[in-house]
Amino acid sequence: MRRLGLRFVALGYLAAILVGPLAIVFWRTFEHGVAPAWDALSQPDTIHAFKLTLLITAIAVPVNTAFGIVCAIAIVRRRFPGKGLLNAFIDLPLALSPVVVGLSMFLLYGRKGWFGGWLDRHGVQFLFALPAMVVATIFVSLPFVAREVVPTLREIGDEQEQAARTLGAGGWQTFWRITLPSIRWAVIYGVILTTARCLGEYGAVAVVSGRIQGQTETATLRVEEQYEQYNLAGAYAISIVLALMAIAVLVAMTALRPKAAT
Amino acid sequence: MTSVVVASPHRAGASRDRAATALSLGFVTTFLTVLVGLPIAALVWAATSAGTESFWEAVSSPEAVAALKLTLGAAVVVTLLNAVLGAVTAWVLVRDEFRGKALVNAIIDLPFALPTIVAGLTLLALYGPKSPIGVDVAYTRAAVVLAMMFVTLPFVVRTVQPVLQELDPEVEQAARSLGAPEPAIFRRVVFPNILPGLLSGMALALAKAIGEFGALVIITGNLPFKTEVSSVYVFGRIESGDTAAAASVAVVLLGLSFVLLLSIGAIRHVATRHERA
Repeated sequence: MRRLGLRFVALGYLAAILVGPLAIVFWRTFEHGVAPAWDALSQPDTIHAFKLTLLITAIAVPVNTAFGIVCAIAIVRRRFPGKGLLNAFIDLPLALSPVVVGLSMFLLYGRKGWFGGWLDRHGVQFLFALPAMVVATIFVSLPFVAREVVPTLREIGDEQEQAARTLGAGGWQTFWRITLPSIRWAVIYGVILTTARCLGEYGAVAVVSGRIQGQTETATLRVEEQYEQYNLAGAYAISIVLALMAIAVLVAMTALRPKAAT
Repeated sequence: MTSVVVASPHRAGASRDRAATALSLGFVTTFLTVLVGLPIAALVWAATSAGTESFWEAVSSPEAVAALKLTLGAAVVVTLLNAVLGAVTAWVLVRDEFRGKALVNAIIDLPFALPTIVAGLTLLALYGPKSPIGVDVAYTRAAVVLAMMFVTLPFVVRTVQPVLQELDPEVEQAARSLGAPEPAIFRRVVFPNILPGLLSGMALALAKAIGEFGALVIITGNLPFKTEVSSVYVFGRIESGDTAAAASVAVVLLGLSFVLLLSIGAIRHVATRHERA
């Protein structure tokens, strides 16, 4: 009886907060068939917004993957002063408001910012353009790969790496042939989380992009813009595409979780 | 002679190791300094360069105070709701058996994967003016709590679930067969075990709720003194060109994030003391 009660509470909670709202949006989007949604999605500015989101993700994910792997190896395998601090503050992007991240980029690269004057004199459009959006997205999605790889590296220990070293393998060879294959599922899991975070970033990009339609507007910014324009059909259609991407991420996470854990 | 031949590759290896350590640390440090350190420093500088007086003035303006109070109040409510509902959900996912459990387990992570702006729009579709079930909380404080609940849902579930999985159900059964009533079993057996996970999940949820922006902008209407949270206030200050005030409130949010990160670190430290000993 108690078991049923708790099951009812848990499932009711998930239905009310997660499943219900999403189901309504799916229903509203296709209420009048596929055509209105398709029209909304085929607008040039919407297509551009999706392309921009994918471009930013395609730059930020490899950068954060390389950083995450190197950072995880440094945290687990190397000894250096300030390691505890690094380990604690690598999570800062998860705990910090994306608006604060955006503002700090704005203050660093803006016209009156520390780098703003230099960038201006050299004719580099950093803020309100792709570079600032990429840098802000890298910031908010920074810790995911490192967080997944650190526990796996701890778990596997360094015996195999030492054995490879003793047999004469160099550091680089040991990394590619021993370390990387044994952490690969953790890396892939981290890459999936990073990708999801990059595709969905809103707050930081809203501050640094300037939100110029057809130029610096990403898919998530486009959702808000369409909503502001009272074009609910457009906002819903873009949301559905983003939600489908999120569901693809969930499927990948579910498929990989057992592998990443071992 | 032989000793030199044997020793030299080791010595070369050791110096290569040192070089690799220096190289990777250099990369990590440079990356973090440029991408995280400098922007944060610029933020703190912008908030404090005009003196502590103007910092306090910006932070204690009535609208900023109202936003901060709402943010903290709503985030605490959301964290407590999460603690109860998240722990129940984790318990159901570990100890209960029903059809479709794997699907339910996968859905928990949806708020991680779904863009926050989409989350806000979906909540508005069900709980807004056009609600098919007749519940309209749009532009009220209930909407603030609702949006924060959506984005923080996975944290407690995902920190408590692995602990419950490790906890042998036979311990609970033993307590039951010795005649312990159900509340006592929970209080004396289950709760002490899940407490560290629960607390770190709650701290993560609190940090996420305090900083949330995307899920709130559509459904709360951003009404000053009513539904405007701190991150929305900061955004509004940036839009109106008052970056000094924006930076001041942002520094307060930054301080809160630091404190919460340190508490998560401390909880982890205390929780793993047996393993380290």
